[in-house]
Amino acid sequence: MTRALLEGSEAIARAALAAGCRFFAGYPMTPFTELLEHLAALLPEHGGVCINAESELEAIGMAWGAAATGARAATGSTGQGLALMQESLSEITRAELPLVVFHMARGQYDYHQATRGGGHGDYRHVVLAPIDVGEAVALTQLAFHTADRWRHPVHLYGDFLLAHTWESVEVAPLDLGALPAKDWAVDGSLGGSGRSRNLNPIGMRKGVKGIDPESFWKRLQAKHDAIAAAEPRFEAEGCADADLVVVAFGSLARFARGAVRELRAAGARVGLFRPVTLWPFPSQALAAAAAGARRVAVLEQNAGQMIDDVRLAVLGAVPVVPIGGISSDEAGFGLGDLYAPDEVRGRVESALEKSALEETP
Amino acid sequence: MSARGPVLPIDRPPEQPARRLGHFHPRLLTGAEHDLCPGCGEPLAIRLLLEVIDELGCAERAIGVIGIGCYTAFTPTMDVDLVQALHGRAPSVATGAKRMRPDALLFTLQGDGDMVNEGLQEVIHTAARGEAVTCVLLNNGVFGETGGHMTATTAPGQRTKNTLDGRDTAYHGHPIRIADLLAPLGGTVYAARGSVHDAANVVKTKAMLRRALETQLEGRGFSFVEILTMCPTGWFVPTAEGPGYLDRVLRPVHATGELRNGERCVTSETLLAEARARDEG
Repeated sequence: MTRALLEGSEAIARAALAAGCRFFAGYPMTPFTELLEHLAALLPEHGGVCINAESELEAIGMAWGAAATGARAATGSTGQGLALMQESLSEITRAELPLVVFHMARGQYDYHQATRGGGHGDYRHVVLAPIDVGEAVALTQLAFHTADRWRHPVHLYGDFLLAHTWESVEVAPLDLGALPAKDWAVDGSLGGSGRSRNLNPIGMRKGVKGIDPESFWKRLQAKHDAIAAAEPRFEAEGCADADLVVVAFGSLARFARGAVRELRAAGARVGLFRPVTLWPFPSQALAAAAAGARRVAVLEQNAGQMIDDVRLAVLGAVPVVPIGGISSDEAGFGLGDLYAPDEVRGRVESALEKSALEETP
Repeated sequence: MSARGPVLPIDRPPEQPARRLGHFHPRLLTGAEHDLCPGCGEPLAIRLLLEVIDELGCAERAIGVIGIGCYTAFTPTMDVDLVQALHGRAPSVATGAKRMRPDALLFTLQGDGDMVNEGLQEVIHTAARGEAVTCVLLNNGVFGETGGHMTATTAPGQRTKNTLDGRDTAYHGHPIRIADLLAPLGGTVYAARGSVHDAANVVKTKAMLRRALETQLEGRGFSFVEILTMCPTGWFVPTAEGPGYLDRVLRPVHATGELRNGERCVTSETLLAEARARDEG
């Protein structure tokens, strides 16, 4: 495989194929539409199936059924469509099915939706937030692997910029290690054996009358705890001696990284902390990275969502301030004046000046 | 109570103790306990489905997708691979499973609240797509699990917990005859409505289930069987009066018979007219 100049959507679609994705269902909505277009063209050529679902409700249902057979399956949408899918997303979690969800958001307004979910009950999904197309290719493959490892839904949080940016990337299958056999998947083969399966989100078991919700939910929560301990991922640079630590994720982190590097080169004591997993949030790593800082500045394109997790991570040890905010293009697709190197650099510089006024912690 | 009265007297102890005459236990129905009420028609309908699956030699390739309703509590007794879906969503879940396992026999089980209320679009789209799955509707005209509330198939005049004076079509709207909606769609190959309120209809319903599953095995397209089932608890009638109530209240609206078999397609009105002609003849 050689490098090729690919649009983000096509690179993600090809990465899904490289990961062995065989089923996709979706309903068009910008900026998810382009991913659906590419998979509709690519999957049938590679022995897979892509269904143009009649609504997001059907798309998530179809992906549920495909995942239940053990096939690597995915769906996705943007925030509005994902809102429709929440009941199934919640239930699929309790059925312990691996599923990849491409959350191609209109900007960063769906951080809470992705990390908290809008469905019923106690659950979280692993959320991976690539900074650019190259990382999206790797994280897409990691998403399928992580979903299979834990039998748990994994989201890839992208946006309009990621979907439409052309970058030179190499899409080659990654060896991410061995996974357990999918002996839980339904194929019909155990009918009449007394050991037939029931992929059940409410804790029902064959041969047993009724349910036992408390023990069922506690077992699932223990799995959440294990994921939260094992899966946090992050990137940190220049935090060790930083007065100011900037926290940003996804496409906007690329602008933050540029600003931090420029200011570093000019001698400023500023660092960048970038969560790669939005859940589990890399809280311990952030607390360590911010331990010597006077101030933590959160750059996100929304009214303040990730800042909740940042504050929970540092637990009051360092002042946490927002330097992002609402910013939009005329169509509401998730771009805005915030996505400009000078704008981001100016906000970071302003935070640096204010952090100089803070007392040393 | 049916017009002919009960088969066995129920107002006094039997004249002779019960004797076991034979083993009637289908292989795919385990003896596990369940929570369904006495007089419920759903176990009977599910038993027929499991018998047909076994008779077709498909026990080791069947996958069921289950909705949410009283019948959900019966599924621990079903010895076939199952996927428990959400209320209303079984047809799309079955679609995804069938596309990944084309050799499996895919069936769904849903109630009228599940299929015709919550998930109406799912079954219509699945039929229109000609998906090679068999959707089975257990229709008792009420939300049984919640305690007898109106659904989209409740008959006009039928008394439920939220239509205490009977379903007034001017106020509560008209019932949907779902088999009539599905039968004419391009992807539908087989659609029928049976009932389990008496022995003759049990036999006919089993034949419908067989034709529906055969349609799927032949790869011809979408197949659908609606089964009218007794719910004396949700109808607020004595257990023994369930079959008679079904015959008297539900069947005049949801006429039994085949609505679609290959190219032949009729409506419930046609089936009702045929039934009237038979009664008069």
